[in-house]
Amino acid sequence: MSAIETFALEKTYSVGFWRKRPKCALRPLTLTVEEGEIFGYLGPNGAGKTTTLKLLMGLIFPTTGSAKILGMALDDPRMKAQVGFQPEQPYFYDYLTAHELLHYYAQISGIPAGDRKRRVESVLQRVGLGDVSPKLQLRKFSKGMSQRVGIAQAIIHDPKLVFLDEPMSGLDPMGRREVRDLIQSLKDEGKTIFFSTHILADAEALCDRVAVLDKGELRGVGVVADLTSKVQGKFEVVWQGGSALRALFDLGAECYMTGDIGRAVVREVILNAAIDELRRNGAQIISINPVRATLEDYFVERLTAEVQEVAQ
Amino acid sequence: MTARIKSIAFNTFREAVRDRVLYNLIVFALLMVASSVLFGQISIGIERLILVNLGLTAISVFGIVIAIFIGIGLVSKEIEKRTLYTVLARPVRRWEFIVGKFFGLTGTLVVNAFFMAVGFFLALLVVVHRFETRDGWLLVALYFIVLQFVIITAVTLFFSTFSSPLLSAVFTLAIVVIGTFAEDLRAFAAMMHGVPRWIAMAAAHVVPNFASLNVISTVAHGNGVAGSLIGLNTLYAVLYAGAAIAGAIIIFERRNLK
Repeated sequence: MSAIETFALEKTYSVGFWRKRPKCALRPLTLTVEEGEIFGYLGPNGAGKTTTLKLLMGLIFPTTGSAKILGMALDDPRMKAQVGFQPEQPYFYDYLTAHELLHYYAQISGIPAGDRKRRVESVLQRVGLGDVSPKLQLRKFSKGMSQRVGIAQAIIHDPKLVFLDEPMSGLDPMGRREVRDLIQSLKDEGKTIFFSTHILADAEALCDRVAVLDKGELRGVGVVADLTSKVQGKFEVVWQGGSALRALFDLGAECYMTGDIGRAVVREVILNAAIDELRRNGAQIISINPVRATLEDYFVERLTAEVQEVAQ
Repeated sequence: MTARIKSIAFNTFREAVRDRVLYNLIVFALLMVASSVLFGQISIGIERLILVNLGLTAISVFGIVIAIFIGIGLVSKEIEKRTLYTVLARPVRRWEFIVGKFFGLTGTLVVNAFFMAVGFFLALLVVVHRFETRDGWLLVALYFIVLQFVIITAVTLFFSTFSSPLLSAVFTLAIVVIGTFAEDLRAFAAMMHGVPRWIAMAAAHVVPNFASLNVISTVAHGNGVAGSLIGLNTLYAVLYAGAAIAGAIIIFERRNLK
């Protein structure tokens, strides 16, 4: 069974006060996310990522199309009991403490009273807030701490599927690293994670598959390992010493020197000629490696692609 | 289902209790009750009449202000601050959220009314030195005030599901003012003819009839309240609040939380 299935899910708003006109926030989206995978939902700001998440969470209603989560309809409370959601830039009841907030969410998620205290303590520990005073109200929390509370409330009821909307936003480098580790540990427990981000490095480090969205339209879906293992027909050559820069430049290589160390990206067809030039000019070759595609390459390629290619 | 509604209601109550503005209003209301003692003392021979009128009116007015002040943001503030997202992403149905919010605010107002009533009865004891049997009717007047709170909470919640806090406050306040003069509006409608008569009559019946829920003057004069009125007013408040809550649920069930 798939964790998430959408069938031509579409959202159009009416905008304007007097003369209403349609504004498409999400064009028909057909997408499948398998159980147990970390799925990255990528796109620039305003691409429709949050709209998709709101549709899946039942916060807004689709204009056309439908979706299933864990094989159940979007308004099925049994499904919601198995799903966690962290909205973008989460804002919580700031008159509560983190403990009170998590107790509240645990209550409305149906966690038995006897189990709540242990769950709250354990989840706070897990997101790095174990040492926070139980009397500190959320209004005194920093942005990073609020982000952690957001993740804590999303997993307090031990869901099978976790939706995270920009989970790394507002976190410092250490915080981002910890959240990445947390997401990885959720996957190791067999959970499915669907997270939206525009930070490609996070997606590349974590995701099994990614989808790229732009202007409300799905531009492509791919397996990260496949995308980043593609060799682009180029090689990166690193060398020390010599005076081959001009010669390599004349061959058409992109090259530069940093102190005594030179780097050049050369096309496969001129690789041998480049090596010959380096030897002739007395350079010592340190390494020659094929240039592999990055997620960023895929992202940019998809955003600039004319033809929509939807893969599942 | 009940557990979820209870949790939402308790959280609404807790929010109101931790809201400092609410404390200001309560202090203000208590000051009002205290000042009624002063007015009572300078009104020779009619101390009780003045005190009951001023005290119960203060409880009613400040309760209504608190109901509107908190009620207008019950849903719209949750949408604006996006605190609602993490609630509705759980196995909480939208109608449960509305019902929980209603009970939470009603509970808050009942507790407020209780404390203000305690202050009022203390003031009465200070002025008249002892309670009489007829003072029992004051409890009926207080009960009717609470019924008003129930209706106003439901109406405010209804507006809060589709309009901004400011507009909700304006709409609710208009309903409260018109409802206070509902009997006059009905009498006015009876004097008219044709379409204006029907419009005035419809308006008089759509707005809550707060006039029949106001027995402050009656009990201030030491008169009793008919048992049938207590029963009918209770039924009226339950049905009116139920209709407003049903309207709020119907609107909120279809609302996109942008």
